[in-house]
Amino acid sequence: MSGVYPKDFKYTKTHEWIKVTGNIGRVGLSNFAQDHLGEIVFVELPEVGAELKQGESFGVVESVKAVSDCYAPASGKVVRVNEKLVDSPELINSDPHGEGWLFEMELSDPSELDNLMDVEAYEKFEAEEEAAH
Amino acid sequence: MVHSPYLPNTEADRRAMLAELGLESVEDLFRDIPEKVRFRGSLDLPPALSEPELLTHMKTLAGRNANASEWALFLGGGAYDHFIPSVVGHVIGRSEFYTAYTPYQAEVSQGVLQTIYEYQSLITRLTGMDVANASMYDGASAMAEAALIACAATRRKKVVVPSTVSPEYRETIRTYTAGQRIEVVLAPYDGETGTADLSELEKLVDGDTAAVLLQHPNYFGCLEDPEEVSRLAHGVGALFVIGVDPISLGVLRAPGEYGADIAVGEGQPLGNPLSFGGPYLGFFAATEKLIRRMPGRIAGATVDKDGDRGFVLTFQTREQHIRREKATSNICSNEALNALAAAVYLTVMGREGLVEVAKLCLHKAHYTRERLSALPGFRTPFRAPFFKEFVVSGPRPLEELNRSLAQRRMLVGPDLGRHYPELEGSFLVAVTEKRTRAEIDGLADGLGGLA
Amino acid sequence: MSGKGYVYKNEPLIFELSAPGRRAYSLPALDVPASDLAEVLPEDQLRREPAALPEVSEVDVVRHFTRLSQRNHGVDLGFYPLGSCTMKYNPKVNEVVANLDGFTGVHPLTPEELVQGALQLMYEMQGYLAEIGGVDEVSLQPAAGAHGEFTGVSIIRAYLEDRGEGHRHKIIIPDSAHGTNPATAVVAGCRTVEVKSDERGGVDLESLKAVVDEDVVCLMLTNPNTLGLFDENIHEIAEIVHEAGGLLYYDGANLNATMGYARPGDAGFDVVHFNLHKTFATPHGGGGPGSGPVGVKKELADFLPVPVVRKTGDRYFLDYSVPKTIGRVKSFHGNFGVVVKAYAYIRSMGPDGLKRVSEDAVLNANFLMRKLARDYHLTYDRICKHEFVVSGVRQKERYGVKTLDIAKRLLDYDFHAPTVYFPLIVPEALMVEPTETESRETLEAFAEAMAAIAREAAEDPDKVTGAPHTTFVKRLDEARAVRQPDVAFKGDLEEK
Repeated sequence: MSGVYPKDFKYTKTHEWIKVTGNIGRVGLSNFAQDHLGEIVFVELPEVGAELKQGESFGVVESVKAVSDCYAPASGKVVRVNEKLVDSPELINSDPHGEGWLFEMELSDPSELDNLMDVEAYEKFEAEEEAAH
Repeated sequence: MVHSPYLPNTEADRRAMLAELGLESVEDLFRDIPEKVRFRGSLDLPPALSEPELLTHMKTLAGRNANASEWALFLGGGAYDHFIPSVVGHVIGRSEFYTAYTPYQAEVSQGVLQTIYEYQSLITRLTGMDVANASMYDGASAMAEAALIACAATRRKKVVVPSTVSPEYRETIRTYTAGQRIEVVLAPYDGETGTADLSELEKLVDGDTAAVLLQHPNYFGCLEDPEEVSRLAHGVGALFVIGVDPISLGVLRAPGEYGADIAVGEGQPLGNPLSFGGPYLGFFAATEKLIRRMPGRIAGATVDKDGDRGFVLTFQTREQHIRREKATSNICSNEALNALAAAVYLTVMGREGLVEVAKLCLHKAHYTRERLSALPGFRTPFRAPFFKEFVVSGPRPLEELNRSLAQRRMLVGPDLGRHYPELEGSFLVAVTEKRTRAEIDGLADGLGGLA
Repeated sequence: MSGKGYVYKNEPLIFELSAPGRRAYSLPALDVPASDLAEVLPEDQLRREPAALPEVSEVDVVRHFTRLSQRNHGVDLGFYPLGSCTMKYNPKVNEVVANLDGFTGVHPLTPEELVQGALQLMYEMQGYLAEIGGVDEVSLQPAAGAHGEFTGVSIIRAYLEDRGEGHRHKIIIPDSAHGTNPATAVVAGCRTVEVKSDERGGVDLESLKAVVDEDVVCLMLTNPNTLGLFDENIHEIAEIVHEAGGLLYYDGANLNATMGYARPGDAGFDVVHFNLHKTFATPHGGGGPGSGPVGVKKELADFLPVPVVRKTGDRYFLDYSVPKTIGRVKSFHGNFGVVVKAYAYIRSMGPDGLKRVSEDAVLNANFLMRKLARDYHLTYDRICKHEFVVSGVRQKERYGVKTLDIAKRLLDYDFHAPTVYFPLIVPEALMVEPTETESRETLEAFAEAMAAIAREAAEDPDKVTGAPHTTFVKRLDEARAVRQPDVAFKGDLEEK
């Protein structure tokens, strides 16, 4: 799946991505995650102001017959959520790395990002996961 | 040798099938059961009966039960002898409905799915709520599940329940909430009115309260003040859960109008027979906001790939088969056929008929109370308005009264002393549209002689 | 199911058939003096507008629901091999006897001396189930299997608490378990721990040993399990759990496989639930009612829900004095109307008949499994019990045909589909339970349809992925049903 994943994102083993601009991180689900869930029909987003810790569950995404927990790629405070997803959760399917973003957070410890995978590492990880399915 | 009309395989079939499997005997199919746990005896059960023998035996058992077709039942306490139109039995007796499973394959289950959708629609119209599920086991378990949902929705661990809620409901709520260590606080009732003591209730409802659970009409048949209790609950951020008699909604305001978050109730009066306590159905309706927390099945309308209307089970990710330990409830099988009976009943009665049934109950119950309260030795202790059921205290224990009434093929009850020691000697009298003036007068005559 | 041209393609909603002034009811006139409504009911309690229920004639009602019934598959129409659901034939005499006035018309709070027939039936049923399950006492109160699970786990927790072991809070559940098991555990206030299956499909003993400790409440097990396999290590499993002070819970969903051959109580299970709507031939009603009685060993009998039916001399009575009862799980005495049908079934089968039921259920399953194994991948190749699981992985990998497509294509062949995508440990699972009430010819016809679909998957995959083609509605948009929820008709009725 080379070329699908943006180069300036960081990725988790639970298939979330984060894109950092200054001290703000925008969070979303990877193409692999949306593909495996199928048609997404509902997203439970965190509340603005919520304090999240890296690796903590912040919500769920649902397809018709599956539910998946989502985990925060970094620690920090939620400052904005993607309101468009409330009415159009399918944006996660159609544009997972763009219009389908989930929320933005103010990072409390940017050094945590070192724990995440860069695009090369994630592409390799994703290929292994794909083979295992 | 076993001969059963339900087992089509003949000895020849069995031999041929075993041969195809390369096996010698049926025993070979059970070799995987270790000897240590293998049952080698013969089950100690009565020998098989033929169909005519079975019919005779069952008729004998059935013949030893006082039943509504021969008795005038003034019994209440959560189950009521309402009239069931013939159409109801006709529809639920169609085996396309009753021999189906839960509609997992929507394309060949449109009949069941559309009837569930219609049932949900009828319940929302009756209760004035936004959404309803496909049914729960009964009114008691529906209220218990509502308590659990309120705790999950508010992240609080206390529910407040007036003692005017049915004792059976309260016991069920306690069992359901015990494991999750939810506190169930009992609120007292006003001995004059027979309704929840609102000033006491106000003291018990606080910021830790997940829900206030009310029954209306309550177990004594009395009308509560749901508007006030709704205000109390919402004032502290708790949910307001109400249990209602569906027939009463022919004349009483709908829960949606006084701010209920969840409306539940016993659906038995809607076209389901008394059946010695079950199967009944619990209806469960809620505000739109709570749809993702609702327990049980929900049918929804959608379209097929040609764009034609069709129905499916929806919001399934709430349910145990997908969400497993994170499901909103563990319910799987519900009371679908009873819900179908309720849907047919509400359709048959329709807009006007339900009002008429409710009024017949109301007038007859009031006439009955008038007659009984005039009898020497009998009192009606509570003064709150009521619908179809009321409390009577008599001069003798209920057991004695019923023994005498039984000679007229009539019964009243249940007794209230077991659950309300202060009401020793009091009992319930329920009057449905089925009771005739002759029966009511007969009841008054029967009791009148016992003072 | 197909080609019934005289039935409307789209049956309207009952609300869409409503016309002002029509009525389908007939009630007697009021024969007592009328009260003044405004006087007996407070003004603010009165309903201002009647509920917007439809106004239709009796003919409208009957045609509407009859037409809907025809848009539905049921056991009386054809084969229904839904795994773990035991869709066997529902004998008609049981419906007849359950509809006797002496059962349907009985109020649950009638004085006991006037319901001796009903109590006798319940008392005897408690005994029959205890005998079949190898347990000591039975409560008929739970309304369904999951309700029985909740009752059983509550009993176990109360029992442990009574022994000063209330701290125990872990329930062990195999990865092949029904979803109700973990959901039940959490409703009962426990935490779930999953245990893996071994390569023969049973509980992996090493994984089990690794998770049992002083916090274990119980292991919930279905045996035979959802793969249709009898756990050969059941004795060792029981020892491991009991050793740790935990109990064994038997999910009775699959009891149809072993009646008269193995009793859960003899295998070390402490608490058992029965699904009368599966094993004992009561109809599923399109989703219910069921009945899920719970049986226990005598150490746990003091915790059963109340009331239990007992007998003194020749008089039957409802015993509310169970000393440490967990209380109630519903009103009254259980789904009596369902119990009547199951009772009639047991009486008409007798001990030899029930054993024969299990034999034929197992023989039918093995016969069908061997036939399907020709075209579909068989994950666990060993003798099965009443059901088995094959996988559509081959069809998915080679032709892009998913198990869901195969299930939908079966509908075109007039068969209900098996349970799909369950158990979760088998990818593209098809879980098939033929039951004992199907003939060899039916099994062969089903096997032929499955073989034909396997051929279609290879030669004309679009035919399968586009299925069903012949049903009243085509494949339905389930995503839309969540994204644009429509769970109740909000339209207005036709005005006067």
